[in-house]
Amino acid sequence: MTDAASEKRGWFSRLTQGLTRSSKQMTEQVVSVFTKVRLDQAGLDQLEDLLIEADLGPQAAARVAEAFGKGRFGREASADEIKQSLAEAIAVELLPHQGLFDPMSSPHKPFVVLFVGVNGSGKTTTLGKIAADLKGKGAKVMIAAGDTFRAAAIEQLKVWGERAGVPVIAKHIGADAAGLVFEALEQARAQNIDVLLVDTAGRLQNKTALMDELAKVVRVLKKLDPTAPHETLLVLDATVGRNALSQMEAFDRTAGVTGVVMTKLDGTARGGVLVPVAEASHAPIKLIGVGESIDDLQPFNARGFARSLVGLEAE
Amino acid sequence: MFETLGERLTGVFDRLTGRGVLSEKDVDEALREVRVALLEADVALPVVRDFITRAKEQATGEAVIRAVKPSEQVVKIVHDGLVEMLGGEEPVGLELGVTPPAVILMAGLQGSGKTTTSAKLAVRITKTERKRVLMASLDTRRPAAMEQLAALGKQGEIDVLPIMAGQSAPDIARRALSAAKLGGFDVLILDTAGRTTLDEAMMAEVAEIARISSPTETLLVADSLTGQDAVRTAKAFHERLPLTGLILTRADGDARGGAALSMRAVTGLPIKFLGAGEKIDALDAFDARRVAGRILGAGDIVSLVERAAADFDQAKAEKMAKKLAKGQFDLEDLADQLRQMQKMGGMSGIMGMLPGVQKAKAQIAASGMTDKTFKRQEAIITSMTPVERRKPDLLNASRKRRVAAGAGVEVQEINRLLKQHRQMADAFKAMSRDGGKSMARMAQAMGGGMPGMPGGGQMPSQADLQKMMGQAGGGLGGLGGGGGPKLPGLGGLPNPFKKP
Repeated sequence: MTDAASEKRGWFSRLTQGLTRSSKQMTEQVVSVFTKVRLDQAGLDQLEDLLIEADLGPQAAARVAEAFGKGRFGREASADEIKQSLAEAIAVELLPHQGLFDPMSSPHKPFVVLFVGVNGSGKTTTLGKIAADLKGKGAKVMIAAGDTFRAAAIEQLKVWGERAGVPVIAKHIGADAAGLVFEALEQARAQNIDVLLVDTAGRLQNKTALMDELAKVVRVLKKLDPTAPHETLLVLDATVGRNALSQMEAFDRTAGVTGVVMTKLDGTARGGVLVPVAEASHAPIKLIGVGESIDDLQPFNARGFARSLVGLEAE
Repeated sequence: MFETLGERLTGVFDRLTGRGVLSEKDVDEALREVRVALLEADVALPVVRDFITRAKEQATGEAVIRAVKPSEQVVKIVHDGLVEMLGGEEPVGLELGVTPPAVILMAGLQGSGKTTTSAKLAVRITKTERKRVLMASLDTRRPAAMEQLAALGKQGEIDVLPIMAGQSAPDIARRALSAAKLGGFDVLILDTAGRTTLDEAMMAEVAEIARISSPTETLLVADSLTGQDAVRTAKAFHERLPLTGLILTRADGDARGGAALSMRAVTGLPIKFLGAGEKIDALDAFDARRVAGRILGAGDIVSLVERAAADFDQAKAEKMAKKLAKGQFDLEDLADQLRQMQKMGGMSGIMGMLPGVQKAKAQIAASGMTDKTFKRQEAIITSMTPVERRKPDLLNASRKRRVAAGAGVEVQEINRLLKQHRQMADAFKAMSRDGGKSMARMAQAMGGGMPGMPGGGQMPSQADLQKMMGQAGGGLGGLGGGGGPKLPGLGGLPNPFKKP
């Protein structure tokens, strides 16, 4: 991960590298199923299975497979042609749900970004990467260490703050998260900060008490600035399955999700669950994480994601 | 959110009623529903396929075709099949009986919960096995990972290897081994950095750590929320490490946890523990039945009972039980029940965990009964004087007007509440007369559906459920408060939710 060559590669090649390694098998299967064979129902069923294995879920998989099969029955196709049309079918699903994370062109100041998600999805790491990125672009950034529950979460964030050269507002473990966030926003205003990044403790969305606590954080922010938080990012782990839908629904209800970040796409997970998640929610997908270094967090590109999911190079 | 498998199957078989004998095609159709249910629960596709093939062999047998309720039969076959595939009913413990220190190596993807689970495991071993445990973090990558383990160790009063900056993971492993030997520890738990299985350098590192420490237990920590990737991850780790078992974290979430089945099926490794909460002692022995029920969307009675136990005010429950035994149930008791329900996550929270009540849930939603209704009813009761609460008959028109003004509701709502209370009180009175027999009947009714509510599915089978309830302790007799047609409350029986 540290050699200079790999750092210089563009994000797409890194994404495709991450994804192709995992999608290679799938694509090979797809190609072997369809190349030089007339497409029939059995073939389509197999394709549907392959999409299910990428976590698209039974319904979305059926829909994509159908779109793929349209007008293709009884015809022969080359491997590349199959990949192209499969990517296209997935891109069609995702394109309306592609969004942009752009706190710097917003009139709001400080622009408050709230990070929410279940435990271990990568909130703190994502926040750290964003802090470094915004700071590099010349913004005045501040971090609020709102995870006052997990052991050493504050230390973890402080390391990120140091790396990025960004102040971190923190209290002790067990402190009231809402109170801390309130103070952070006050300080951010006083210091004329552009972007305030608010970390929160990971919580399972079915824990009522913890979700109430999150609702309180939002309420308290609104007291100082009725328009805050200006962005609420739900951080999803690429390995997550159908539960992503429940997470989306619950976090949206509590904190009003305005964007989705998918992390850990550099593993074997394909993150296909983005398709049903995007479809079931109003919040667009904004960022994806394809590795551990700071510039591995990238804007979401529906077409690129769809293409790399099936093992195609950039257009 | 999801229909339970039982209801789906009922739907399939309903269409077939009146035809008498089931054909193979009918069974196929039913199994397609099973397939979708398993996929929705995140069971990996190859595992699903395998499972369906096996289930089909059994389901096409005589028993199903001639069964009065084929949907129940199919669900039973599927449920039993799942339990078997998950590793049967006996949980597998840890192998620690070697020359100390017995080394436990924890591995997994980033964010699966290794560090927290290491500490939970250490606490569990210390408490249940009375062994001295040392923990060491080999995570040199994530910022403050070592501090996290140190903090957890402090919290759980477990010894942690002092941090030395700049050491590589294998070096820390060696240092931990000698520290454990010198310090006379029985068990050494090695927490490692999270890694993707594609990262060759990192996979080589963990393999080297395993070689250095020759662990007696190498546990893969995986997230219950994992989707189809579960098989790939489990396989890849299994190829590189001498895995001896799995631990599934975040089992207290609302994921249906098909990952458990996938990983178990692919690796053949036993699932040893379930991480089930934020607290440092929240690590449960694996229970195949519970997980099977969850995968099928059968609701999670065990969780419900546990939650009730956690939230239940013992003294209050006993007091109430005494009153109920005498057939007394006043508005104060009703208010207590309303509060209790809200504490347990409200109507939707409770219903979500009950098996086979999806239809009832829809009806409740349609009737406009929401958690808000409960809050309002509580407000009405608290607007009454203590005397009125004990003797609702005192409430004449003028008193009702006063209460309505106090609670900010219409008088009709007060009447409705009083009627509801009347019905519940009558039910309790009737119950106290026949010596608790109808309580048992009610518990029975709760298994198949809510009293007074048509429908309700038939989940795994009555007998299974009752066994489950029995295991959870005390049975569910206390649930289903009094057969009030609309208000299932929590009537406390003497100690109904004592944990086993």
